[in-house]
Amino acid sequence: MAGNNPTSTEYIQHHLQNMTFGLHPEHGWSLAHSAAEAREMGFWAIHVDTMGWSIGLGVLFLYLFRLVAKRASTGVPTGLQNFVEMMVEFVDGSVRETFHGKSKLVAPLALTIFCWIFLMNLMDLVPVDFLPMLAQKVGAWFGADPAHVYFKVVPTTDVNATFGMSLSVFALIIFYSIRTKGLSGFIAELTLHPFNTPNKFAQILLIPVNLLLELVTLLAKPVSLALRLFGNLYAGELIFILIAMIGLWQLPLHFPWAVFHILIITLQAFIFMMLTIVYLSMATEEQH
Amino acid sequence: MNLNLTLIGQAIAFAVFVWFCMKYVWPPVMQALQERQKKIADGLDAASRATRDLEVAQEKAEETLKESKEQAQQILEQANKRANQIVEEARDNARAEGERIIAGARSEIDQEINRAKEELRAQVALLAVAGAERILESSIDESKHRELVDKLAAEL
Repeated sequence: MAGNNPTSTEYIQHHLQNMTFGLHPEHGWSLAHSAAEAREMGFWAIHVDTMGWSIGLGVLFLYLFRLVAKRASTGVPTGLQNFVEMMVEFVDGSVRETFHGKSKLVAPLALTIFCWIFLMNLMDLVPVDFLPMLAQKVGAWFGADPAHVYFKVVPTTDVNATFGMSLSVFALIIFYSIRTKGLSGFIAELTLHPFNTPNKFAQILLIPVNLLLELVTLLAKPVSLALRLFGNLYAGELIFILIAMIGLWQLPLHFPWAVFHILIITLQAFIFMMLTIVYLSMATEEQH
Repeated sequence: MNLNLTLIGQAIAFAVFVWFCMKYVWPPVMQALQERQKKIADGLDAASRATRDLEVAQEKAEETLKESKEQAQQILEQANKRANQIVEEARDNARAEGERIIAGARSEIDQEINRAKEELRAQVALLAVAGAERILESSIDESKHRELVDKLAAEL
């Protein structure tokens, strides 16, 4: 709980505010002391907590996997190697099933997406007050007002994180499309489908319609990818916060929601990975 | 909730992670997996080959055993035949030998008989001559009557 007994609204808002560092028009380079201040910083501000946790977890993932990769033996695998190999085989199987082109990038990309998102989602299972309160204590120790120390632990409840990934995937979709079909092929795909006639004049009339439809289809991919993950985790986090507010009775409620959330965490990581593979597979396939 | 620089930061972090994973994590793990797969496949192959070899060896052993049994049977039969032959031969030899001995004995006996007969004849001739000399008391020209007496002796 933040500072001197906040209201429920304040409590929830406090939990949903990122620790933002940026150039404030009045205070200069500083951490935002409120949601309003964070907004005033505009685009050139950075969420320290999101970046910190996501990079930390990404490094943890790569460290563990690199550890295994370095001493990977062909003998009987044990412990961590077993787990890593299981993950790699699972991802490799999914990629093989869905992605039919040849690419060295897609499988590691899928593995990174799955593990990274899974780890970031997993932070949702840490009790909601635990790390923020710790951050407040540390902030207070450094002389900051605890009520204004914001700390959001789950990076995937930040749109920036999910859009960061989905827009990267979107860039890859466009890159693969152009590489497979050529720029003209890519443009043709956007303008000559789904309505196509042999009549040249009618076709010219149909191009704007096609372009509109195909652009929506294309843009829906990264947007849905990012918002699906964000929405699920944000909602989950919100329910954890609501449960945390009801006092002692939160325990019997917290547990089933956490158990259910384990499913969501894994499922969302899997869906993000799977859809990425599917989108890239569609991008590399010839005219549909 | 507001989009800001974090978006770009996240995208860069994501790209770096993917690059690292692609460069340093995926290939060694994949290689290890494939090598193990190959090893297992080789092992299974070797096992099936060994089983086949074992089967062949067993078959061969059985065949050899059968052959040697047949050979032993053959040798046994031959030996039996040979033994019978030897016994038969020995019997024949013995019989022939016996017959020869008997024949020898018989001829000896005949010779003895003949000799005795000769002796007897000679003595009978003398005896007859002496008897006749006595009976006749006359001198008989021995050479004159010799023929007669010999004829007489031969009739004995």
